[in-house]
Amino acid sequence: MTDDMSRYPLTLEGDDAPMVRFQNVTKKYGDLTVLDRLDLDVGAGEMVTIIGPSGSGKTTVLRMLMTLETIDSGVIYVDGEPLTHMERNGRLVRANAAHMRRMRSKIGMCFQHFNLFPHMTALGNCMEGPVQVLGMSKKEAEERALELLDMVGMAEKRDQHPARLSGGQQQRVAIARALAMRPKVMLFDEVTSALDPEVISEVTGVIRALVDQHNLTMLMVTHQMGFAREISDRVCFFFDGSIEEQGTPEMLFDSPEKERTQQFLSAVLEAN
Amino acid sequence: MSYLDFLAAHSDRLISGTLITLAQFVLAALVAVAAALISGLMKLAPLKPVRGVATVYIEIFRGTSLLVQLYWIFFALPLFGISLDKFTAGFVTVGLCYGAYGGELVRGAVVSVPKGQWEAALALNMSPLRRMWRIILPQALVGMLPPWGNLMVEILKGTALVALISVTDLMFETRQINNNTFLSAQAFGSALIIYYVFARFMVTPLMRWLERVMARKIGRA
Ligand SMILES: Nc1ncnc2c1ncn2[C@@H]1O[C@H](COP(=O)(O)OP(=O)(O)O)[C@@H](O)[C@H]1O
Ligand SMILES: [Mg+2]
Repeated sequence: MTDDMSRYPLTLEGDDAPMVRFQNVTKKYGDLTVLDRLDLDVGAGEMVTIIGPSGSGKTTVLRMLMTLETIDSGVIYVDGEPLTHMERNGRLVRANAAHMRRMRSKIGMCFQHFNLFPHMTALGNCMEGPVQVLGMSKKEAEERALELLDMVGMAEKRDQHPARLSGGQQQRVAIARALAMRPKVMLFDEVTSALDPEVISEVTGVIRALVDQHNLTMLMVTHQMGFAREISDRVCFFFDGSIEEQGTPEMLFDSPEKERTQQFLSAVLEAN
Repeated sequence: MSYLDFLAAHSDRLISGTLITLAQFVLAALVAVAAALISGLMKLAPLKPVRGVATVYIEIFRGTSLLVQLYWIFFALPLFGISLDKFTAGFVTVGLCYGAYGGELVRGAVVSVPKGQWEAALALNMSPLRRMWRIILPQALVGMLPPWGNLMVEILKGTALVALISVTDLMFETRQINNNTFLSAQAFGSALIIYYVFARFMVTPLMRWLERVMARKIGRA
């Protein structure tokens, strides 16, 4: 598919420019179109939650933003600049590795299965990025890591390896690890789905504190409707690779307009 | 002549041969580890020619006999202008030969590190080299240590062939003793015991210890 690149701006400017913009983004795996011409803006400091049935493309949205997946057409912007593309002689071309590296530093991600580094302690996990990537001194990185571990309630377990931590504890360390890189945008992909019910609140509590106390832009995929409703500025319902409906939590949960949204929500309610 | 008398009479040769074998083993092991790392990682490179070079190396050194390789490197390479002294030719060849087996171990172990580890490292914006060196290889190492333990014993046994290009290792000295005394049972019996003790009580325990240390490092023990 050819995409006329001249229709995409080189930068997003102005006070109302979003922190994240997906413009006309299509993602395919072979013949399967996973996301179809997606348009989605996330404002600076906004918390947007993505809900929807399994396989609707929610994870793919986050993975594209984290540059874990390439896109087939369209442009993703972060913080006013294109992420997937860069400017060459007044037009947008595919981003090279250096450009992606620079842009990637603005984004942090937490995964469903935590993906902590098993050969490092909780503290080591949180120092790795700052020392190896940001070039911070060990002392400074340790101070910052301890602050963050303290914030997520894991300071006492700083010297434990992930194998010795519960799922909820691992996920909290993973959040601290991502925050240690000082991202502007945080991505959470079903961060409580792999957890036992009784520890879910440990992790949602940390995310809630982030929403309250920090000016992070956040994009979260979750199946926990109650939590989504409570902390989101906006909720997007994904269906089959596009946004079927979006709005404030009140709008989407209390008076959804689309039939598919209603069906999905009642199915989820029944399951609980 | 009792066996003790035999040992007393030939201890100098047995000891110097054992020391040469020890040196050949340590150096060959280092060459093997380096060759395995390089070829194993090259096999995972995105560029096809890079993978090709590694495949050719692994195929040649795994698919031909170590003895032929030794003769090639010691007798034939000088015809192409590359002369190695016999000691160097010995450990380099043994190392390259077993490094080819190790290359497959490295490749397999790296591939078996969960994808999520690569992704987490990328999400921290680590460069490809740092991802490999700091995150993937340490985890791959834990998985491949047990087969490396076997490979190390094979390397030790493989060094016996360097006697055939006249490196004065344990095997070489044993043959000398045999030629001079015709006490074959005592001579080759001593070599058997020394190789066995070396493998069983030094190489294997050392590798087991390394396995335990690494398991502890990763928090699994
Ligand atoms: N690496 C892949 N190769 C092929 N298909 C994939 C791959 N990753 C995801 N998919 C497909 O893309 C669709 C969307 O996946 P995903 O974004 O993970 O959905 P969700 O997170 O909403 O459950 C699914 O149909 C899934 O099977
Ligand atoms: Mg998903």
